[in-house]
Amino acid sequence: MSCCGTSSARTGPERARGVERKVVFRQRWLPYALLAPQLLITIVFFFWPAAQAVWFAFLRQDAFGIRTTFVGFENFTDLFADPLYLEVVRNTAVFCTGVTILSLGVALLLAALADQQIRAATAYRTLLIWPYAIAPAVAAVLWIFLFHPQIGLIGRALNAAGIAWDYKLNGNQAMLLVILASAWKQVSYNFIFFLAGLQSIPKSVLEAAAIDGARPMRRFWTIIFPLLSPTTFFLIVVNLVYAFFDTFGVIDALTKGGPAKATETLIYRAYVDGRVNLDLGSSSAQSVVLMIIVMMLTMVQFRYVERRVHY
Amino acid sequence: MSNAASTTDAAPKRDWVTHAVLLLGVVVFALPIWIVLMGSTHDSATIGRGEVPLLPGPHALENYATAWSGTRDRIGAQSMMLNSMVMALAIALGKIAITIVSAFAVVFFRFPGRQLAFWAIFITLMLPVEVRIFPTFKVISDLGMVNTMGGLIIPVIASATATLLFRQFFMTIPDEFVEAAKIDGAGPMRFFWDVVVPLSRTNMAALFVILFVYGWNQYLWPLLVATDAEVETVVIGMVKMIGSEANTEWNLVMATCVLALLPPVAVVMLMQRWFVRGLTETEK
Amino acid sequence: MATLTLSGIRKAFGATQVLHGVDLEVADGEMIVIVGASGCGKSTLLRIVAGLETATEGRVLIGGRDVTALEPADRDIAMVFQNYALYPHMTVRENMAYGLKIRRLPRAEIDKRVAEAAGLLGIEALLDRRPRQLSGGQRQRVAMGRAIVREPKLFLFDEPLSNLDAKLRVQMRAEIRRLQRRLGVTSLFVTHDQTEAMTLGDRLVVMHEGHAAQVATPMEIFERPADTYVAGFIGSPAMNFLEGTLTGGGSAVALKAGAVIAFADGRRPGPDGMPLTIGIRPEHLVPDEHGLPVALDLVEPLGSETVLHGRLGDGEALAIRLAGRAPSGDRLRVALPAAALHIFAGEAGQRLDPPPA
Repeated sequence: MSCCGTSSARTGPERARGVERKVVFRQRWLPYALLAPQLLITIVFFFWPAAQAVWFAFLRQDAFGIRTTFVGFENFTDLFADPLYLEVVRNTAVFCTGVTILSLGVALLLAALADQQIRAATAYRTLLIWPYAIAPAVAAVLWIFLFHPQIGLIGRALNAAGIAWDYKLNGNQAMLLVILASAWKQVSYNFIFFLAGLQSIPKSVLEAAAIDGARPMRRFWTIIFPLLSPTTFFLIVVNLVYAFFDTFGVIDALTKGGPAKATETLIYRAYVDGRVNLDLGSSSAQSVVLMIIVMMLTMVQFRYVERRVHY
Repeated sequence: MSNAASTTDAAPKRDWVTHAVLLLGVVVFALPIWIVLMGSTHDSATIGRGEVPLLPGPHALENYATAWSGTRDRIGAQSMMLNSMVMALAIALGKIAITIVSAFAVVFFRFPGRQLAFWAIFITLMLPVEVRIFPTFKVISDLGMVNTMGGLIIPVIASATATLLFRQFFMTIPDEFVEAAKIDGAGPMRFFWDVVVPLSRTNMAALFVILFVYGWNQYLWPLLVATDAEVETVVIGMVKMIGSEANTEWNLVMATCVLALLPPVAVVMLMQRWFVRGLTETEK
Repeated sequence: MATLTLSGIRKAFGATQVLHGVDLEVADGEMIVIVGASGCGKSTLLRIVAGLETATEGRVLIGGRDVTALEPADRDIAMVFQNYALYPHMTVRENMAYGLKIRRLPRAEIDKRVAEAAGLLGIEALLDRRPRQLSGGQRQRVAMGRAIVREPKLFLFDEPLSNLDAKLRVQMRAEIRRLQRRLGVTSLFVTHDQTEAMTLGDRLVVMHEGHAAQVATPMEIFERPADTYVAGFIGSPAMNFLEGTLTGGGSAVALKAGAVIAFADGRRPGPDGMPLTIGIRPEHLVPDEHGLPVALDLVEPLGSETVLHGRLGDGEALAIRLAGRAPSGDRLRVALPAAALHIFAGEAGQRLDPPPA
């Protein structure tokens, strides 16, 4: 769940307490009781299923679901040899990159502009914050109403202007639309972080730069942007995780992976294979691939956050 | 509050351009909602014809009433909204309750297995529900919890993010508070209720917003687990309404769409300050 | 290096008028200290000179050139901020080179200037460190280094010593003074600390509620303050103010506390009975058996001197500074030597001198 920033041992500089408190309570059984609910649910609904997913990834069921055989890495090799799967990987790469760059770029632009207006900044934030609350699927439906070739405002306008717009038929247009719908929703989240980051840069540092001779654009690229880099990096990771997983709803609502699998991402295909095609082995193998991706992203995030420069 | 990009009394010309671009951004973001809001007030035929309205129409009450109470083919939004509300509230409050005591245990006590417990919770960060959907479904199924609220809620309720957030916050509570409580004769649970919980109010408020939105907007998991109309959530219900193009009643879909996004948007807007503080302070 | 001229500077923030018309002429190489309490407008004045704020009215001329409409980047000035404002993500060397790189100076020239400034400030060893690794004093030096390498027409200091501890402050004060003299760059230094003002400035500008109450050398301000505000601001412990009235046809003052003292330097214009404020510094009061009685209520032994606080017969407070030990007892009689009196009159407490002969 990439709903908000996560940072493990990082505490404020004025209260860096390391990893442990000095003064604690001495009860023995109480802590176990307190931890029990979370750990119980974690074991039953996280670890056990995850372990099963990994295990099933090494099995294959026959057509009737009667016999399962251990097949080692075959499920994985089949996956990566399958040109359709590689196509899905490519789609996912395009999709994630598009969403991340678009939503970060727009958010940074709006935040930089809003930051210039001290008084109005909060008002703009209020006006731009609410897409965060919208479910990805709902966002997708909203964009249907904009881009549907027959009933969408912009969809009809495009067709009327002579551009053949129908995302149900054209793969590239479909990809464009899911990227737009997904990015649209993420901009407000990024905006909040960028605005906070910008507002935490001491005004005097920028005044010093101005006196040193730097014009606004140079100030932005040589001072503001580098000082924003921890925020930017954090957001890149969060946005990538969002694009990988949370956008399932967007695709299901808009294109169902089509047309002709043009917008099928890794998560969508994993779902289809498991739910529709009932191919447990392949679906599990795909889940494992996704697990590895999340693990890498999470590790990158924490490793970087740990080493993040503390001004 | 610092003013990052301008360092002089803003030149009026630059001001004007800034506001123009920002307002354009606001409009672009508001446009989809406006269209849907307007569309929900017209009848199906108008929309189907493609006359996309930019102004309100006469059928608002009618559409929303139908959407709310349902047609003979479809269950109404009423029951779906209720399901979503129960689910979202349960997830938000449940997560807060479970994780705050876990964080309390991990931070304020020393016991064998403490580090292990902490890492076990931490690892779940890498296991969003999307990567374990089918095995988890199997577990739920084995427990007979398919198509129940419990099945919808429990698997997503043990959150590492919230635990980490609380843990981080608890680490900043001064030792003096704990020592004073001990001197006053308070046990750990008293300390928890009388000191820790009040101090955590802002965090809990921020988390509530985030988790409520998360819970309300759940898609993949309810899609699998809540297939019966009785437990269907409004987000999924709405998407299902867009069946085959020919007989989709777009105006009802739009009305349901508006209903679907009202509660989380309301929560975010009303609790905006806490929400932003919660988001940005956890990142540090 | 250049002259600085401020003429008719006014500044209003919305409805609040912060500066009411400030004029100043600064000679080339002069160090001017702008001193005053919080809220008097001194920082605003500095920022207007820097270009970080725009004056509502008035002009700023640097080296005879009207820079009022120019951006800070174009004014060829350098500034040292109260919190140093170093670029956190750059090394010390990069911090100092930043302004020069923007001006496209050749690499060799940049290196030379950075090395020279570093040598001058004793920070050669710190060049590859980042600001967060430095102590307050070190950051201060880097901030000054950044200003020095620019070889600007004007140095601006915005309370740079306020964030340092007392001992470091004294040390840095001397260094800044030496540096400024050596480099000969025209400088404006803002502070609320009167000791800094007295020791650093060639001339002082004492700011009071948006006006320049007095512009003069430190000694002149000390010996001949222009009004009661300036008189009370400079000097520690602060000058005593007593009430009195003009008497003897303008030749003496009748103190409310009782004594009548003839002026040592001539008559003052005005009717008998005109209310006056008499100022006398604590160190100028002299114990005298025939003087005014003071009931002491606080004695502060400082070692080399003693400060006594008490009240005169009419209830007015008085502070007395005596060398050495305090006399015993809780009563003391003091005389007010005529030559040490400062005479102020009117609502604004303006200095009242005998008309020039």
